[in-house]
Amino acid sequence: MTMNAIGRPTSTGAATPPSPPTISGDRGLDHEEPLLFELGRAGVSGVDIPPTEISGSRLGDLRRKGAIGLPGLSEPEIVRHYVRLSRMNYAIDAGLYPLGSCTMKHNPRLNEKMARLPGFGDLHPLQPQQTTQGALVLIAELMRWLTTLTGMPAVAMSPKAGAHGELCGLLTIRAAVAARGEKRTRVLVSSSAHGTNPATAALAGFSVDEVPAKDDGHVDADALEKMLGPDVAAIMLTNPNACGLFEKRVKEIADAVHKAGAYFYCDGANFNAIAGRVRPGDLGIDAMHINLHKTFSTPHGGGGPGSGPVVLSVALAPFAPLPLLVQDGHGFRLVEDRENVPPGARPFGRMCAFHGQMGMFVRALAYMLSHGADGVRQASEDAVLAANYILASLKDTLSAPFEGPCMHEALFDDSFLEGTGVSTLDFAKAMIDEGYHPMTMYFPLVVHGAMLIEPTESESKESLDRFIHVMRALAEEAKAGRLERFAGAPHLAPRRRLDETRAARKPVLRWTPKVLPQAAE
Amino acid sequence: MRYLPLTQDDRRVMLGRIGAPNIDTLFRDVPKEAVVGREAFALPDHQGELEVERALARLAAKNVAAGSVPFFCGAGAYRHHVPAAVDHLIQRSEFLTSYTPYQPEIAQGTLQYLYEFQTQVAMLTGMEVANASLYDGSTATSEAVLMAQRLTRRPKAILSGGLHPHYAGTVETLGALSGTVVRAPLTPGRAEDLISLIDAETACVVVQSPDVFGLIRDLRPVAEAAHAKGALLIAVVTEIVSLGLLESPGAMGADIVAAEGQSIGNGLNFGGPYVGLFATREKFVRQMPGRLAGETVDTEGRRGFVLTLSTREQHIRREKATSNICTNSGLCCLAFTIHLALLGEEGFVRLARANHARAAALAEKLAAVPGVSLVTQSFFNEFTLKLPNAAAQIVDHLAERNILSGVPGSRLLPHEPVARDLLIVAATETTTDEDAKAFADALGECLS
Repeated sequence: MTMNAIGRPTSTGAATPPSPPTISGDRGLDHEEPLLFELGRAGVSGVDIPPTEISGSRLGDLRRKGAIGLPGLSEPEIVRHYVRLSRMNYAIDAGLYPLGSCTMKHNPRLNEKMARLPGFGDLHPLQPQQTTQGALVLIAELMRWLTTLTGMPAVAMSPKAGAHGELCGLLTIRAAVAARGEKRTRVLVSSSAHGTNPATAALAGFSVDEVPAKDDGHVDADALEKMLGPDVAAIMLTNPNACGLFEKRVKEIADAVHKAGAYFYCDGANFNAIAGRVRPGDLGIDAMHINLHKTFSTPHGGGGPGSGPVVLSVALAPFAPLPLLVQDGHGFRLVEDRENVPPGARPFGRMCAFHGQMGMFVRALAYMLSHGADGVRQASEDAVLAANYILASLKDTLSAPFEGPCMHEALFDDSFLEGTGVSTLDFAKAMIDEGYHPMTMYFPLVVHGAMLIEPTESESKESLDRFIHVMRALAEEAKAGRLERFAGAPHLAPRRRLDETRAARKPVLRWTPKVLPQAAE
Repeated sequence: MRYLPLTQDDRRVMLGRIGAPNIDTLFRDVPKEAVVGREAFALPDHQGELEVERALARLAAKNVAAGSVPFFCGAGAYRHHVPAAVDHLIQRSEFLTSYTPYQPEIAQGTLQYLYEFQTQVAMLTGMEVANASLYDGSTATSEAVLMAQRLTRRPKAILSGGLHPHYAGTVETLGALSGTVVRAPLTPGRAEDLISLIDAETACVVVQSPDVFGLIRDLRPVAEAAHAKGALLIAVVTEIVSLGLLESPGAMGADIVAAEGQSIGNGLNFGGPYVGLFATREKFVRQMPGRLAGETVDTEGRRGFVLTLSTREQHIRREKATSNICTNSGLCCLAFTIHLALLGEEGFVRLARANHARAAALAEKLAAVPGVSLVTQSFFNEFTLKLPNAAAQIVDHLAERNILSGVPGSRLLPHEPVARDLLIVAATETTTDEDAKAFADALGECLS
């Protein structure tokens, strides 16, 4: 037996049988955690607020009668609750997060710090505009970066997420069509598009026709041109597309769209592949949303908040929604109502209250200033390089439906799993046991059993090599018929596979108290 | 570049494995004439953290932070104290840098807090179910109107004149495409007659309480009248803290509640990101927009949580989805749920009492200033004053004296003569006696 310097044994000893179930139900660093409502009790609070006498209540006869039912907990209990919950989550800070089309890149902490400066974070949206000039300059500066990088003349800043940006783009197009005195009711959407595209077009009042994809993963440009007509308001195309390919015939498509009197909406979800190298404005695009939470790395936060500014062409710029940012002799000013807009502006309406996701604007600008135009370009190149490195390293073991090169994400299908009994889902869940978040699965829909891998520019070569090694080894295990690690995977996560059918059939969407709560005060 | 791990050597080796002579080869599908060089962008090169911090801090310093002066702005965004633990916890890597919980086995942390959040929102609003949040209160209201149009198969939405004008504008943008939107007249300080506007075409009536002028509305008569004609009542709440003292919308007959949750856990942030709360009756759940976390079990029988009822959503239903929404306001909803968990029932009710007491005292003080009268007799933490002349100018005067005295009616309703002299004033637990005195003194001097 080996001893360390203070004479304690350091050997791990002989192989031991699997540990028995623990008494506590917790396992080492893995703690089970009850719901807040199962932990709390009455008469405790994690915030000290002195009781207040209200002399001369102005509440009228609408005072709350019953109790709300919220549990009471002290600060240490609350901190422990959320720390334990956090440890059940995978995160980009903890490991490679290869979710295709989601762009899980590093989130610099400087950006968090900047968004929390009181001059940005503690600013009311309706305080006098002379007291918010720095914030308006920041927005103007971000607008300059976005319009310069995209080569587009205008940008609407208020949309709160990518899908909200799509909606903003289509409503702008709707207003432009109406201003021409035309009635165009159809929107063409590529079959490989994200589900938000057709959902948005329907929400904006259009009927949706699907443009097929060709066997090579590109949109069928010939079919698209045939579908154009006087009733088509717009096409929605993602470029680079959801197969990870740049649409080669994009300019030809744009020309045909414009010739037919329609507008070209580009889903900018994948702008991070080309930022700093290609300007969408040079491709004939009329409107494109930019997911600040993807390309410009504002944190995904477990599902939001996002931010989706929309760049607009000369033809669409007049119809951008309120508010508008204008500059005059006194500085910057937000125009918040239709009647005071500058000459030529014809805003279609308003997307939301106030002026957009300022907290995300600060983070995105901090990202841009840190990277600079050279760094944005390098980031795009590295993202594309990393994806191609994965494609080249895995295509002989996994199966790639399309010839490379790809852009920022590498697409595989499930033909390499044929006859193994392992599905795309099993394969992805086995990755969890290997310490990885799965890739995007079963999207895009145009490929069978799709696996879409986006490594981003944030991974070192060592990290990519290790990932490639694990992926190859997993594929070989499946092909060799060694299926234990796939069946019912994951085995090592905080939970095994969860019964989603049961959740949907009898939805339990909230905790319910066993006895009715009593009033607290 | 500190954020990019690849070295030039790495890049060369990787290109070798790919079999590409250079990086340009990988971009070969891009039309040649669309490829541009670094010089095409009139933008600076990369900078160190120190330089970026300096540049942004300089811009931040040009703004007057709410906490640095006596501050009374509300009208849909409120300055409250957020406990330090909230911001610390939401910045944990596992919350901040995770994606939407589509892989539930490794996202139980997010899913459980969403489930707890849904429970809290349902409790606060007095409704049966709530979703995992929407972008903000205004978009939640817009989604509520669309949902009512779907449920009733009727076109018309009636908006109370007391609905925040930005919310009304947001609703009109979409609601007017799928039906018609009617705005009731503006009646600051009193409830308008909404009941006579309800007809057989009406899908919903949208009433905000406390309304944009701060007035507490009794939703019960409108709910009864709406239900009698087969329409739904949508209750809007922009100051969620009010529900610590006021009867919940659910108890007053609301069918859908759309609310802004910014007041709990979230800073002002110049208008966003915020967190939209959305709650309804269980029987309407399949027409609800947005994500939902639900309880289930894993293959070993242990309780766990998943995103559920996704057959409503765009990634499954595409153009037939209930909404195009693909995100929630995850981190803001985490901040909300942590802050509310810290408060608990006792803390939340005490917070509401402190807000009401400060506002009531402030209203008394300001209404005593000669020439000033109180327009809203019944309010929670926000009220409207009528000033002897245009409120916007007085607000500007007071801003020069470093007092941010509220939101002038004309900022929200620039073309309503009735709003010209109105000032919307909010007080919260952060308002001190000194702030209130400074405001009253300065207002008195300004008007004398």
